[in-house]
Amino acid sequence: MKADPHGVLTGTHFIDGDHACCEGALAAGARFAAGYPITPSTEVVERFAARVPTVGGTFIQMEDELAASITLQGAVWGGAKAFTVTSGPGFSLMMEHIGYAAMTETPCVFVDVQRGGPSTGLPTLPAQADMMQARWGSHGDYEIIALCPNSPQECFDLTIKAFNMAEEFRVPVMFMMDEVVGHMTEKVVIPAADEIEVVPRKHTRKSVEDYLPYGSNGDMVPEMAHAGEGYKFHVTGLTHDERGYPNMTPQTQDKLVRRLQNKIRSAADRICLFEEDGIEGADVVVVSYGITSRVAQRAVQMARERGLKVGKLRLITAWPFPEKKIAEVAPKVKALVVPELNLGQMVREVERAAQGKAKTVAIPHAGGGVHSPDQILNAIVEASRC
Amino acid sequence: MLNIVDNTVNPVEPFLRSDRMPHIWCPGCGIGTTVNSFARALIDSKIDLESLALVSGIGCTGRVAGYVKLDSFHTTHGRAIPFATGLKLANPKLNVVVYSGDGDLSAIGGNHLIHAARRNIDLKVICVNNLIYAMTGGQTAPTTPGHATTSTNPYGTFEPAFNLPHLVEAAGAVYVARWTTFHVRQLARSISEAFQKKGFSFIEVISPCPTLYQRRNKMGDGLDTMKYYKEKSKVKHGAPTSEVGLTLNGEIAVGKFVDRDRPDYQSMMRAQYVESLGERYIEEPEAECVCG
Repeated sequence: MKADPHGVLTGTHFIDGDHACCEGALAAGARFAAGYPITPSTEVVERFAARVPTVGGTFIQMEDELAASITLQGAVWGGAKAFTVTSGPGFSLMMEHIGYAAMTETPCVFVDVQRGGPSTGLPTLPAQADMMQARWGSHGDYEIIALCPNSPQECFDLTIKAFNMAEEFRVPVMFMMDEVVGHMTEKVVIPAADEIEVVPRKHTRKSVEDYLPYGSNGDMVPEMAHAGEGYKFHVTGLTHDERGYPNMTPQTQDKLVRRLQNKIRSAADRICLFEEDGIEGADVVVVSYGITSRVAQRAVQMARERGLKVGKLRLITAWPFPEKKIAEVAPKVKALVVPELNLGQMVREVERAAQGKAKTVAIPHAGGGVHSPDQILNAIVEASRC
Repeated sequence: MLNIVDNTVNPVEPFLRSDRMPHIWCPGCGIGTTVNSFARALIDSKIDLESLALVSGIGCTGRVAGYVKLDSFHTTHGRAIPFATGLKLANPKLNVVVYSGDGDLSAIGGNHLIHAARRNIDLKVICVNNLIYAMTGGQTAPTTPGHATTSTNPYGTFEPAFNLPHLVEAAGAVYVARWTTFHVRQLARSISEAFQKKGFSFIEVISPCPTLYQRRNKMGDGLDTMKYYKEKSKVKHGAPTSEVGLTLNGEIAVGKFVDRDRPDYQSMMRAQYVESLGERYIEEPEAECVCG
């Protein structure tokens, strides 16, 4: 279906990534946000708080991130599209409810504008060090989707995608921004509402008698009902059967947890978005994501000016990890160079997926700034020699 | 009041998920009794069951959500109130009941409890207070009276307990009552009254845990506890909540302590937006915005 025009601020704007993310959420149909202030993400909900009463919806500032991350899920079961926004310390507090959303298959979006950590770390400076937390932060086996925008325009475009994927797969989607992307101001073009594709809730059309709240329907994504519609369904974070009833057996656990994984893994080809440039014939491919891909772009240009054969692979989807793409590229190149604003997180995934077919070179950065193009260039030059 | 003619069917059965019986509660536990009173309040107050949602946290009382035939949510530990807040705000037509235990609501969920009361979110909170953490084996809770023996205070508790009616009144609740599981009719009446209130209502139900609290404290079985509740309870409507704290063996003040009116969160929100935004304020989301 097309976007509701009430939420779409069609036009050309000069705004930062945080503001663009908010507009993306509104365009996607988000009419509920619960938040707790935290730098460098607060602008997203500040804008939402100003915009949403004129669009028809609710913002509530909760008492902490534990509350925010579950309040939004209550809103989803009440019928809204909902999200929350935070940064590292708040993201840590939200882990409990990422697990709850995964287990109860509550479609929602968690925006994490990453800053330096651990702990309070660098409140106003960037990092990309929550990438593994986004994937594994809550306990137990589960799958999520994580997207990494590298510009304010993408903060708009990909926020819509994040909501769409959340609805399609009934899964929490992590929107992994970083401080630079969040605070960088650039041109953002917001198209007309009828040019924006929005995925509606996978709402059941079955009768009360026929409805099975956690029936797998063949495509592994159950149909949803909302409170107040007469279905009298039960939702629990306990291991549950297709009726949604708790069932403490290894068989039910196996069936449920495998479905929660497989509904994402089996669709990985569709979920994994990436951008590639000059990979054919390259000796070295720089694998990057988020703000680091902007620096990598410059480094790749500089390397090409020196006559080096360098390709670029930008991961737009971080989770599920696009291992098929890496496995396809690795045998064709000498090395995969992975700059990221952490001391080595996604690089390990790249190394795993490359299966020894190409050398994997990390370019770690502890955060607080971004790489210099020279740092990445030097690594490319070094890797080209081997 | 009750208009049930068929005596072969338990009048509360239509409110229960019979296919989930037997329940997990111990013999002598009071939680089932509170559910009975709750169901009777639903009958008495003629609440539309399709517009009623029930949210629980974690613990013995947290299992109530799984046994009632309503849209029911068994959430995470301590977070029933914020979940219920989102549910209510996204669909204001819902009647939202939070049904959970003392540890869930006042320890791990204590922050949410006071803030929901402060905001005066239109929620009906039923807090079954068995004075300990029961599901995990009888550990000390913020509600455990001084000198009681628990699994984590084997030599007796010494930290002061929360007086829950006092806490929620101070935080802003519009309706505060307390009963014991001996007072089944009074409890049902209080729940019915709470449904008539707009705003944050809090009903505390003192309830036995014969397995872990009464046994450890040599207070007898479930029946002995009923006798204790009968003898030691004193109805004190309107009592200052500062004076209704509980002790190990002392009097249990019961009754309706607070019944007042102040605007609930959504009324205040609407009023503020109308004042600031005038016609630019759009109250209801577009109906077709989510469901295809």
